[in-house]
Amino acid sequence: MPQPIRLKDHEKDARLIRRRAVVGALVFLLLTAALVARMYYLQVVQYEYHSTLSENNRVHVQPLPPTRGLIFDRNGVLVADNRPSFSLTLTRERAGDWAQVLDVIVEVLALSSDERALFEKRVRQGRRPFEPVPVLFELSEEQIAIIAVNQFRLPGVEVVAQLVRHYPQREHFAHSVGYVGRINEKELKELDPVAYSGTHHIGKTGVERFYEEQLHGEVGYEEVETNARGRVLRVLKRVDPLPGKDVMLTIDVRLQEAAEAALGGRRGAIVAIQPSTGEVLAMVSQPSFDPNPFVTGISFKAYAELRDSIDQPLFNRVLRGLYPPGSTIKPMMAVAALDAGVITPTSRVFDPGFYQLPNHSHKYRNWNRSGDGWVSLEMAIMRSNDTYFYDLAHKMGIDRMHDYMTRFGLGQRVSLDMFEETAGLMPSRDWKRARYRQTWYPGETLILGIGQGYMQTTPLQLAQATALMATRGKWIRPHLAKTIEGLPPVDSEPLPDIQLRDLKSWDSARFGMEQVMHGPRGTARKVGDSAVYRIAGKSGTAQVVAIRQGEKYDRNKVQERHRDHALFIAFAPADNPQIAVAVMVENGESGSGVAAPVVKQVMDAWLLDDSGQLKAEYATPVSAEVGQR
Amino acid sequence: MNSNFDRVLSSEDVLRRRASLLQRVHIDGILLLLLLILAVGSLFILYSASGKNVDLLIKQASSFGIGLAGMFIIAQFEPRFMARWVPLAYVAGVSLLVVVDVMGHNAMGATRWINIPGVIRFQPSEFMKIIMPATIAWYLAKRSLPPSLKHVAISLSLILLPFVLILLQPDLGTSLLVITSGAFVLFIAGLQWRWILGAVAALVPVAVAMWFFVLREYQKQRVLTFLNPESDPLGSGWNIIQSKAAIGSGGVFGKGWLLGTQSHLDFLPESHTDFIIAVLAEEFGLVGVCLLLLVYLLLIARGLVITVQAQTLFGKLLAGALTMTFFVYVFVNIGMVSGLLPVVGVPLPFISYGGTSLITLLAGFGILMSVHTHRKWIAQA
Repeated sequence: MPQPIRLKDHEKDARLIRRRAVVGALVFLLLTAALVARMYYLQVVQYEYHSTLSENNRVHVQPLPPTRGLIFDRNGVLVADNRPSFSLTLTRERAGDWAQVLDVIVEVLALSSDERALFEKRVRQGRRPFEPVPVLFELSEEQIAIIAVNQFRLPGVEVVAQLVRHYPQREHFAHSVGYVGRINEKELKELDPVAYSGTHHIGKTGVERFYEEQLHGEVGYEEVETNARGRVLRVLKRVDPLPGKDVMLTIDVRLQEAAEAALGGRRGAIVAIQPSTGEVLAMVSQPSFDPNPFVTGISFKAYAELRDSIDQPLFNRVLRGLYPPGSTIKPMMAVAALDAGVITPTSRVFDPGFYQLPNHSHKYRNWNRSGDGWVSLEMAIMRSNDTYFYDLAHKMGIDRMHDYMTRFGLGQRVSLDMFEETAGLMPSRDWKRARYRQTWYPGETLILGIGQGYMQTTPLQLAQATALMATRGKWIRPHLAKTIEGLPPVDSEPLPDIQLRDLKSWDSARFGMEQVMHGPRGTARKVGDSAVYRIAGKSGTAQVVAIRQGEKYDRNKVQERHRDHALFIAFAPADNPQIAVAVMVENGESGSGVAAPVVKQVMDAWLLDDSGQLKAEYATPVSAEVGQR
Repeated sequence: MNSNFDRVLSSEDVLRRRASLLQRVHIDGILLLLLLILAVGSLFILYSASGKNVDLLIKQASSFGIGLAGMFIIAQFEPRFMARWVPLAYVAGVSLLVVVDVMGHNAMGATRWINIPGVIRFQPSEFMKIIMPATIAWYLAKRSLPPSLKHVAISLSLILLPFVLILLQPDLGTSLLVITSGAFVLFIAGLQWRWILGAVAALVPVAVAMWFFVLREYQKQRVLTFLNPESDPLGSGWNIIQSKAAIGSGGVFGKGWLLGTQSHLDFLPESHTDFIIAVLAEEFGLVGVCLLLLVYLLLIARGLVITVQAQTLFGKLLAGALTMTFFVYVFVNIGMVSGLLPVVGVPLPFISYGGTSLITLLAGFGILMSVHTHRKWIAQA
């Protein structure tokens, strides 16, 4: 039945398809004509134009690198600057045998074979055709003259003026501002090749790295006509680059210098934060280094010296140094325990000089072996009584302790804009199970109560926890940039404020901290006595090597590098906090004796006027705060 | 209607006997001749474009050899045999695309490859360029023409599934070519003009939606660069500025073989792959370009003749769609290099360096030859 119909359809289909094929053929002819017309336009109508571009004179698109944004301290003192500098560039395509040209450069400038190898590496990193690659930086007048005289032997070699990053404050800001360096091959792969087409440097660490995007600016370009030798004949078109944004730091150069002076020649770290704003006023990691050689390429020998130094100048102690917080954690533990309801401001613990878990023989020692007798909370902070805090920790338990300490920022990155900050460690049951495949032991809870054990904090975290004590739990991430082109940095994931059931819990712990400095038996009363304002502080020591049960720490037996690190945290004025400081003195041993004076010196530099009196604006405001006591 | 059999018997002169001999091994002489011209031309241009790289020439020549062998083998299969296996091939192709999307090997930020280390490494999307038109041709060949709304809808969903899968890889260029090859079947099958116009009108909002929701940043950049190459002279615009300069400086007769300055001084990027037409235009001028276009047009004309003469509906639809898609390759590539179209990664057929596209293209021509030379069973049916 379908046979005849199919045949009929077949005829009709064939006609339909023939029609469509003809339509297709016509459209293709038209489109091909369009292609031919386009080619005619390019090859005949525009022939003169294109052939001029391509034959005798070539058009080059040259990127114009943007000027990097400047960095100032909070008062406008220049911290990172761009300095004109003469560099020697080589354009591979114009040099002919470029290896030989390098030989000539090395010969006329009397350079070493090491430098020759460095040049070769730099030339090989060249990216776009006809791009001049800088091989030697900071040419002297004499070198420029020698190159000029030998120019005929150096095809493709040019002396160009470039802006090169310079850090006038040298080692003062190496750990906070960081430095820029030449873009390496790994970075080259990740960078937007267009945005960085004219740029040879990129932020490597610190603020320079964190705010790279803002500091870098936008690339411009110019289309230039060059002759066959590559000399620019005229600029056809120019789009100016957009300079990078200026960054104003929160750091105060004078305070930074005062803090460094306070630390003297000792190794250590200092962080000073303005609690109300989270602005980092000073950030010291000592010893430091001069970042300037890193900009143009530090010699291997100089780098090896820095890297291998036993004092570790390249190590950022503030952000990456991990120390058990020791007794400095006690005020925060006290706040936590009060809020958790396991202690009250008036509850007391008897200290016989040690603490024992029920049914355990192990004695957890107080630092004062003879014991402090009946101890209240304020007394415990003032005397840094370990027994009280063993008991407190036992009552709190690890879970609650982990919860509260995390809210103080321990075990997590706290900064807003600091590159390569370490999270540190606030241990928990889960962490221990994952890390050691073991359950949590009650004894480990006890030593956490005095800031020992697994707990690891950075000086920055300690400073931030101190700032939280000062602001009664108001979280503002510490940051280094006050403004970027006039605008403050924005915290995209702010941390929640610490909300306590009873605000008075803060005051009990804070009063204890004040007693540390000004109480009759305060551990740092010597320092407190010399202050013209009230300080709230807490000392601590971070063990470098473990001490066995029953053994006593004897400084004479311990090698200098194995001595305890001295810690001290404080904020002042106690009733109107303007500055929170954390100090770590490496192998300094005594928090109260060594680190506390450093803290006070930093505070003095910030709080006192020229006559040695508390600046009027920092004086205690007439408010309920005073009335409370 | 002449059958081959008749022609063999009645042949008198040498030429006709030779042609019939070719037909008996299912090769179309005209197509073969044109393809060989392109192959030889390609090697000449590649030699120049690659900077006299002989290794590359040998690779390309062996790809040609493999492709021609593949073409020869495919031409031996009857179209009816192919039609039988098309549905299975479609299912297999789509499954492979799903595999690629789920766990494909990552190359250049886009997942396009299936890679069994040491065994095989290929792009399933490449096969789809042939399976796609074959599937639609298979489906529509069994219906009455022009296709009804229902069959158009089913065809479109058959087209859209692999399209979306390839788009997800993401590979915009190939996915558009695949959708085009399927759409051409519908076109040849007599899709009503008002629907075609309607689809074109609907494309505008679809394009807008794709811009905002589907296109990746680099793809948007390409379109923007096309619209205004000056906007990005250091990045993607560089290619277009340089290729235009290369083409334009060729003039009417070109600078001569191996004498192109733009390509030889490394100004021209991708000079031996997607942008090879610029090398040809620079060295052989407008004349060279026109000759190449002429060869392409002859190939297409022959393809359309085969379409019209094919005896089965499946053969007609498939041959027509393959031929028309072939034109799209040519047009899109030359249009892109000369600055008429945005830069999408479409190689110039038979001239650009690259084995995969070569083999796929020759497989397509194998199908054309099969359609044209297997006439006996139709005559008997």
